[in-house]
Amino acid sequence: MYIYNQQDKTLVAERVAQFREQTRRYLAGELSEEAFRPLRLQNGLYIQRLAPMLRISVPYGMLASRQLRKLAHITRVYDKGYAHFTTRQNIQLNWPQLEQVPDLLAELAEVDMHCIQTSGNCVRNITSDEYAGISADELEDPRPWCEIIRQWSTLHPEFAFLPRKFKIAVTGSTTDRAATQVHDIGLQLVKNSAGNIGFQVLVGGGLGRTPMLGVVIREFLEPQHILTYLQAILRIYNRYGRRDNKYKARIKILVKAWSPEVFAQRVEEEWAFVRDGPNTLTHADIERVKQAFTVPVYASSNTDADMGLLHTIAEQHPAFARWLQRNVRAHQQPGYHSVTLSLKPTGVPPGDATDVQLEAIAALADDYSFGEVRVTHHQNVVLGDVRTSDLFALWRRAKDHGFATPNIGTLTDMICCPGGDFCSLANAKSIPIAEALQRRFDDLDYLYDLGDLSLNISGCMNACGHHHVGNIGILGVDKKGAEFYQIQLGGNAGNDAALGAVLGPSFSAELVPDIVAQILEIYVARRLEDENFIETFQRIGMAPFKELIYAKAA
Amino acid sequence: MPKLLRLSGVDDDNWRFVGTDDADELPTGAVLVPVQKWLEHREQWRTRGNIGIWLDCDQDLDGIAPDIPCFKVIAIKFVDFADGRGFSLASLLRERFGFVGELRATGQILREQLFYLKRCGFDSFQLPHEDNLAAAHASLNEFTVTYQDLSGGQCTELTTTAP
Repeated sequence: MYIYNQQDKTLVAERVAQFREQTRRYLAGELSEEAFRPLRLQNGLYIQRLAPMLRISVPYGMLASRQLRKLAHITRVYDKGYAHFTTRQNIQLNWPQLEQVPDLLAELAEVDMHCIQTSGNCVRNITSDEYAGISADELEDPRPWCEIIRQWSTLHPEFAFLPRKFKIAVTGSTTDRAATQVHDIGLQLVKNSAGNIGFQVLVGGGLGRTPMLGVVIREFLEPQHILTYLQAILRIYNRYGRRDNKYKARIKILVKAWSPEVFAQRVEEEWAFVRDGPNTLTHADIERVKQAFTVPVYASSNTDADMGLLHTIAEQHPAFARWLQRNVRAHQQPGYHSVTLSLKPTGVPPGDATDVQLEAIAALADDYSFGEVRVTHHQNVVLGDVRTSDLFALWRRAKDHGFATPNIGTLTDMICCPGGDFCSLANAKSIPIAEALQRRFDDLDYLYDLGDLSLNISGCMNACGHHHVGNIGILGVDKKGAEFYQIQLGGNAGNDAALGAVLGPSFSAELVPDIVAQILEIYVARRLEDENFIETFQRIGMAPFKELIYAKAA
Repeated sequence: MPKLLRLSGVDDDNWRFVGTDDADELPTGAVLVPVQKWLEHREQWRTRGNIGIWLDCDQDLDGIAPDIPCFKVIAIKFVDFADGRGFSLASLLRERFGFVGELRATGQILREQLFYLKRCGFDSFQLPHEDNLAAAHASLNEFTVTYQDLSGGQCTELTTTAP
């Protein structure tokens, strides 16, 4: 992963000092609530339903074991002994005290971590593919580009007060695992006809109350121009994005209002001024950032022998075999696999981990994966580089800590926001819905028979749980003070990104598991051969689901 | 004499603001006129000397581009401290329009924004909520390192900023 140099450390330390002074001034009454609000938000601090919530930045999801240990310590000292992994590859704490946040930030700075721009109307954490650098279908590792953009956008003086929040995702693979089509800017590394690598630039995607898929405004951008091009987009957005209505302030609204063609034209005009300007990257700049990343020193191995042994063990241990099937993934490097630690066991809020578990993940990372992990936008944790010959030993230890639920990619590996239990924006709770579904669908054979299926839950239309892009999406709504749940079908977050459509009138919490069960029955009855849920849905459409479910309900 | 903050410290403010509703007869001394009035009277005022303009964050610069060398001061007025458009206007004035005079941030700006404002090219600051401008001066230098260098360095190099 990226290793901080002295100047990176200085910047974070100075940010801590700055926020300490801002907090002091606020607590002393020298700074109004209104003035303090954007300052604390740009340090990830929200005032929530029960306590402040602090969002810690995990740039493109990469964490080192020493950082995990520090996080465990922080959850014990400043919080209630657990942390929450978010859909933007970050970490949230639910119970810090405002007065203690400067000290907490100082502790984070000791391990090169911070909360800079994890909230507020600015460029947020740059997200990426959790399999960056290890996936077989990769054109180029996107992480150095994420880091270049992270640095450029960090404390950018011109773009600290945008009309609204701004999210950028970068992917370097042909399979889009970073949901680039639902970001304000999505960057896909692509190869042009001349064989050169560059960026395809998408703009104007996003979820929230007006979900939209991004549109391509440039098919190919030479990589040295990435920052000047981003500068052009952000400057146009900063100057012309709506500021009169926060619900219409995201860049997607501007792109729609102007039309993608006009927006692209305006960006090109602006870019003509800044192109080749001071933010143009030299080869040396790019190389310097690439070389600031550690490279795993892979051991050579006898792949055939490793795989042979693996199959033998799997035959003797069906539970291990199931885990191999769902939680273990092929790797670029012979003799290695990547492993997903499931943070979705039944009965635990999806994405939550205790202090002890954080330390256990750190130990597993040290023992099996070069001391690094990746946070996924599905709210799990990936050990990226595990020797094939270590998989069985790792599985046994993962099981002891509750990470070996073999459900990755299945219905119970659901994305879920903190919802009404914690969040002051939520209309309804989401964690109890997730738990009810996990309890209802706890038969692994049935889950495996259903196959790959994403179920995403958001407690309100802000869509932190990405319900629009779940194959099955569940949205908490408020109906005259009561919590109800609208169900959407047909969403997809990958290359064929699609926004789900509403099934029909919403249901009470108690009915949700039954309705999901009926949806699944229809899928099982109607699927052809190896069709997964989304393929069947795309073939048969909404009508069969609608008819059966509302006929039964009536 | 009213005070303002400059990069060098606290200083007297010799400039008078003329409002959009004020008379077209300019008072004597150094004046900042609203950009709308400037566009109406520019032929007459161009030779006056000691003149500058002020504009709101949502105004465009295109109409005044040829006049920019006439201004000793350009002030950008923030009705809301969170109106980021003023930051882009300042950057454009410095980078694209080549303005080398005093670039002033006025209106509802906060001490906490000084470092960003400075880096966008502002070099004088009227802070409405600060009694102690000397104390606020420290906020201009909250960071000794930055990730962008708008004046011409390489952005991914952390460049040490001038003190």
